[in-house]
Amino acid sequence: MSVNNILEIFYILMGIIMIFASIESFRDKENSARVGTGLFWLILGLIFAIGKYLPNVVIGLLIVFIGILSLLKQIKVGKIKEVNKEIAEKSAKKLGGWLFFPSVVLAILSILISELTNLGGQVGIGIASVIALILAMIISKTDAKTTYHDSERMVRSVGTAGILPQLLATLGVIFTASGVGEVTAKTISGIFPVGNHLLGVVLYCVAMVIFTMIMGNAFAAFAVITAGIGVPFIVAQGGNPAVVAALGMTTGYCGTLMTPMAANFNSLPVALMEMKDNLGVIKQQVPIALSMLVIQIILMYFLAF
Amino acid sequence: MEYLKLIGIIIIILGFAFKLDTIAVVVAAALATGLASGMSIDHILNILGKGFMDNRMVSLFFLTLPMIGVVESHGMKQAAVNGISKIKNLSAGKIFNIYLAIREVTDAFGIALSGQVQFIRPLINPMAQAAASVKRDLTPKQVDLIKARAAATDNFGNFFAQNLFIASSGVLLMASTMKSLGHPVSTTSIVLYSIPVAIITFIIVGYYNMRFDKQFDK
Repeated sequence: MSVNNILEIFYILMGIIMIFASIESFRDKENSARVGTGLFWLILGLIFAIGKYLPNVVIGLLIVFIGILSLLKQIKVGKIKEVNKEIAEKSAKKLGGWLFFPSVVLAILSILISELTNLGGQVGIGIASVIALILAMIISKTDAKTTYHDSERMVRSVGTAGILPQLLATLGVIFTASGVGEVTAKTISGIFPVGNHLLGVVLYCVAMVIFTMIMGNAFAAFAVITAGIGVPFIVAQGGNPAVVAALGMTTGYCGTLMTPMAANFNSLPVALMEMKDNLGVIKQQVPIALSMLVIQIILMYFLAF
Repeated sequence: MEYLKLIGIIIIILGFAFKLDTIAVVVAAALATGLASGMSIDHILNILGKGFMDNRMVSLFFLTLPMIGVVESHGMKQAAVNGISKIKNLSAGKIFNIYLAIREVTDAFGIALSGQVQFIRPLINPMAQAAASVKRDLTPKQVDLIKARAAATDNFGNFFAQNLFIASSGVLLMASTMKSLGHPVSTTSIVLYSIPVAIITFIIVGYYNMRFDKQFDK
């Protein structure tokens, strides 16, 4: 069996988990958008499970449909049964550190499989996830029904945010097909010369920070800035793409640390702890964010070339 | 007018900046970019569908959710809280640094802690305040500073160590985007090049937090 066929099995498993979330979303009477939410997970589940047999145009249409559902506020997390605190406390006392064991196995096993076999990173994650789940069920003596509910609860609570990274990566495909990278490169090279390695690195890193600050989301900035600046100014000049990606993303996080647009990280604690200074968290973060920006520019310059 | 192609970038920037519906913004940006570069609707939908299928790997982290759900409903977070609350007799800065180390290590294993809600507010913040007020009472301004530093420490650890986990959505997004842009990279190489940043963060934030203690000695 080829790697792609094995991978297809894991995509089918993902589709099934999403269909669990769909069933429970349809059944969630308290969710005012239960039909839309149920449809959202059903469509995704079908794309993952049987998308291989559907024409691409149909999948494209389904994605536009999801966009419309989301625009019309028809996808909501809804009411999710919370973890039973009493049971959790009791089981935490009994199991203690063993509760972390499946996660450790997952992380190490997926790296081992991807490095020691020729199955690749993705299949590694798939196999390791299944083994880690079985371990978790054994350690906690969980039955299939509880596992079903734990799965649908996790998937539903991730919501539309869970699909955003894949959509952003898809946007990268459209950008490539339309030649967006070439146009931005041409525009920017009117001001900055292409070919100077250090200048390219500085330009990419500073742009990642600024655009993450404006958008409040480093993932979104990564998709556009890497297409527009990272690839033409660094990778096309011989820079190592893995270095550019890894450091580009964490450089974007320097922007996340400095912007009120990233409310989850910078405003949520202010509200949670009833702080007086609305920008208090950001003020504590700016010195580290700026130091990390400089450090990462230097790292990228020396590691990429 | 080839500059019209950049409309997708503008839509993404404005859409996110004005907090419009993110999914709709990304889909609109994709459609607009395709139209602006002269593609037919049919062609755009085709690329959109194929692009989405080719990038399914980005969502592989969904496969890890059932396991996380099971350990979570059996008290994984409570076990972490029990562990951290055993830290005693340390200064505020040291408490932050121990938490930073825990946050980075758990991140590397993909153990997602909702840090601010689960640890900073109920645990790290009160522990640090208690530690800092041993010599004299804290002013309201100092209390605010401790809260802010506690929250910041969680963000530092979370952000700069999360790409050590091979199945994190960030690593998968990077690998898939680079593939889409015509420069494929392996997920393990991204993890590898994320290690220096995680270590450097620990060192400089560690130093930053040790200096934080000085203001409470006076």
